[in-house]
Amino acid sequence: MIVPLGHVFLLAGLVFAMGLVCLVARRNLIMTLIGVEVMMNAAAIAFVAASLRWQLMEGQAFVLLILAVSAAEISLGLALVVSLYRRTGSIDPDHYDILKW
Amino acid sequence: MTLYGAIFYLLGIVILTATGLAVTRRQPVHAVLYLIVAFLGTAALFFLLGAPLLAAFVVIIYAGAIMVLVLFVIMLLQRSPRELRLLSEWGPATLLGVVFLAVAVAMVFKDPGSRIVLQGAIAQPRDFGRFLFDRYWLAVEIVSILFLVALVAIIQLGKRKEAGDDEAERRVNPAGNSSGVSDPTAEQRSIISNGVKEGHR
Repeated sequence: MIVPLGHVFLLAGLVFAMGLVCLVARRNLIMTLIGVEVMMNAAAIAFVAASLRWQLMEGQAFVLLILAVSAAEISLGLALVVSLYRRTGSIDPDHYDILKW
Repeated sequence: MTLYGAIFYLLGIVILTATGLAVTRRQPVHAVLYLIVAFLGTAALFFLLGAPLLAAFVVIIYAGAIMVLVLFVIMLLQRSPRELRLLSEWGPATLLGVVFLAVAVAMVFKDPGSRIVLQGAIAQPRDFGRFLFDRYWLAVEIVSILFLVALVAIIQLGKRKEAGDDEAERRVNPAGNSSGVSDPTAEQRSIISNGVKEGHR
């Protein structure tokens, strides 16, 4: 009635690939975190589609957990970024070379 | 194509465009604003796929709370790093994404189950809440512990390392901190000396 399941998965896969590219290519730690958020969003879309496909609510329960984990992850990640910025004055991961000798 | 199908493809275009613009913006603030559009589109998609409670949560948590948090942190951190020398860095990453996407698409469409057309259904928020707390209450409790751990870690990270007189000095002269940060070598030296002090303790 709505669309084939594969099309929803295709949408989720495209969004996930965009998040992956953002995570790997960007040199700004905040953009890296945003890439992780985009990937989690794609996973949530796939879970909701699967939940509708099998008419089970487990998929939606799992999306709720994904939401919680991503909220915890972004808040902790941003705290780490601020802490790193205080120490090194930069949010470029290439500048973190204190441990490199 | 039914009306719901048309709405789905429209929402898909909105989500893909907004996400694509978000991951390519140079300014993080613009990226976050585009990402809010993408998350609102996702919320509408969840509503279409029969999850109204999750749609509300996405609007409140993702588009509301998390994005505001990211915006505030972007405003805290002034300096943007050098970005994106084009082909040398986006090339391999895009290749990785394309290969991943090709494999995923091949796997999804090889399965005949992917051609099953979704039937409309809706999980009423009341039923969903009952279901969650009947069967998955342990997972909810585990998530609350996860939040507690994250909270403790964030407070620990946000605390200034030096206690006592250093803190008082900072409070009197907040500008001293920023000038210290602008000189990375001095900052590193102070970190190293702090590490040595802590090691001796």
